[in-house]
Amino acid sequence: MQPFTILRAPAAPLMRSDIDTDAIIPSREMTQVGKTGLGSRLFANWRYIDVHQKREERAEFVLNQAPYRHAQVLLAGENFGCGSSREGAVWALHDFGIRCIIAPSFGSIFRANCLRNGLLPIILESTTVEKIAQQMEVSNGSASIVIDLIACTVTDADGTNYPFSIPPQQREMLLRGLDSIGLAINRLPEINLFHENLNRQQPWLFAGHLKD
Amino acid sequence: MILKPRTLIDKLWEAHSVADLGDGVSLLHIDRIFLHERSGAVALRSLKAAGRTVCRPALAFATIDHIVDTETGRGDHTKFSGGSEFIRAMRNGAGDFGITFFDINDARQGITHVVAAEQGIALPGATMVCGDSHTCTLGGLGALAWGVGSSGIEQALATQTVEERRPQSMRIRCDGRLTADVFAKDLVLSLIGQFGASGGAGFAIEFTGSAVRALPIEARMTLCNMAVEFAGFTGIVAPDDQTIQYVQGRPYAPQGALWEQAIKYWHGLASDDDALFDRDLVVNVSSLAPQVTWGTSPQHVVSTDGAVPDPGAAATGLTDPAQRLSMEAALRYMDLTPGTRMGSIPIDAAFIGSCTNARLSDLREAAAVLRGRKVAPGVTALCVPGSTEVKRAAENEGLDRVFKDAGFEWRESGCSLCFFVGGDNFGGARRVISTTNRNFEGRQGPGVRSHLASPATVAASATLGRIGSVRDLNTP
Ligand code: SF4
Repeated sequence: MQPFTILRAPAAPLMRSDIDTDAIIPSREMTQVGKTGLGSRLFANWRYIDVHQKREERAEFVLNQAPYRHAQVLLAGENFGCGSSREGAVWALHDFGIRCIIAPSFGSIFRANCLRNGLLPIILESTTVEKIAQQMEVSNGSASIVIDLIACTVTDADGTNYPFSIPPQQREMLLRGLDSIGLAINRLPEINLFHENLNRQQPWLFAGHLKD
Repeated sequence: MILKPRTLIDKLWEAHSVADLGDGVSLLHIDRIFLHERSGAVALRSLKAAGRTVCRPALAFATIDHIVDTETGRGDHTKFSGGSEFIRAMRNGAGDFGITFFDINDARQGITHVVAAEQGIALPGATMVCGDSHTCTLGGLGALAWGVGSSGIEQALATQTVEERRPQSMRIRCDGRLTADVFAKDLVLSLIGQFGASGGAGFAIEFTGSAVRALPIEARMTLCNMAVEFAGFTGIVAPDDQTIQYVQGRPYAPQGALWEQAIKYWHGLASDDDALFDRDLVVNVSSLAPQVTWGTSPQHVVSTDGAVPDPGAAATGLTDPAQRLSMEAALRYMDLTPGTRMGSIPIDAAFIGSCTNARLSDLREAAAVLRGRKVAPGVTALCVPGSTEVKRAAENEGLDRVFKDAGFEWRESGCSLCFFVGGDNFGGARRVISTTNRNFEGRQGPGVRSHLASPATVAASATLGRIGSVRDLNTP
């Protein structure tokens, strides 16, 4: 995974609350058993006029506008990524080029999926997110913000700094581009001991057909 | 030593915490893993490609629910092009790794969350993950169960662990008692309406109180099913005698001496009396009326005798501009104007199905309304049992006849039109009343407008041809 350290970029404002993963990627857009090639399908229902045929772009949709066609940062209202656990939502954002999403809150599975794929979900106060969105709109998308995962700060277009928090292990994973599955595999001896112990305490959990 | 009083979630979390990874993140042992062809197939393929293996295949189960057709005579072929690839990948993957698999024609096939309870795979006090957000359904049994993405499933398979940040604790105490025509679905919709679709963000929610104790296990699963619609990490109801009775004798439930040991442990699984919750909510449910959603978020909900609200009205008390934008977008998408009586909204289709409301008790509640009645002319009506086992049990008591006589189509089990995958659709119907859990834009098909309600309300609306509850029906 690509490490995340410091990013300076414009931030595309998509300031609705409760943007669900069905909106981020409609189920019918995930046509293959795999994780790749979903960028063109991101927000398909909002991005295209006729999703079934020509897929002509809807000019008013933010990611179709010149400054944001290659956006790396997304600003959104609260509860971004709520709903379905589909990781395709994160794969589509990632494939499109999004590296960081800033919102007042996130769907919890979506947030976990982001971390597993090297995307940084940042929680800031809704007034702050609104303020950054306004800076972007006033500047017609020419302003940039700075996201610094080393210092754990976001600097808006006026130079104001906002700290954000992220658990150290998750920060470390993003900074170094590590894969959490690999990290857990390294702990297998410890996990197996734990399993044996749990089996002694709650033997009904792993009995009968469930014994390996 | 005096132990700090703990919540039920604390106890389950601590009993499964393999390692503390700092700042509230734990590496949790996972007791059960469930896969379906949508996220599971990708997880297994990716696992294989990475040269990794399944750590304890005996603890993993898989079935086919999301993409499989639900018409009689179905097979691997699906109306959704590319669907059969997911089915085969799931089957082959399960075979490669020795995972127990309930295939299309297996009597145990069905929606994962329905099957996990029915087969005794999910147990009180056990941890469980599935690559599906509604895994929280199994909190109704007192399991600590939650949804993860495909990579989460991959990790659970490869290591029997997943890391999660420990959620804050919330208790929702529901006092009083639901009236006979008001159900768990109405309760959970009204909770989301009151506290907001992100009201549970960052919390694991324990449902307690006399109204919850009185709920049968299947209804508790309906309640916990929608914890994720409340943005909760998961929902749970402490196990009690009802739970134990429900679990007893199920195929994968413990037996004999182990069963005795298990129930002793389960009896002790409750939050300590003086445990502190980060958030405590109390509602009284005695005067709750049947609920129905008007918009595109489950929080957009009113009683069936209510009206579409006005986003501009001060009464709605919206302080967040993004919230108001969402409400306005919802009105546009739903093609509704503020002030419209819910009872005056005509419907084109009625759907009874999903992991929220397609267990046997749900079908009974709907059938009780439909018996001796007919679906209104022009309304497409569909019943899709939550599992093949539910279907068989329903047929045993003649419920299929009731549905068919009323004019409902009676299907094979699966997720079906709970969501639109690209094949099956409502045949041009625009406005659907549905027992499912998500009314998101396009969730049930491009342009389809979904109104969520209980099985009884969906059945009543199907016969009325408009939104309405059993309270609007004349005696047949
Ligand atoms: S029934 Fe609907 S909500 Fe439940 S698992 Fe299937 S698609 Fe998801």
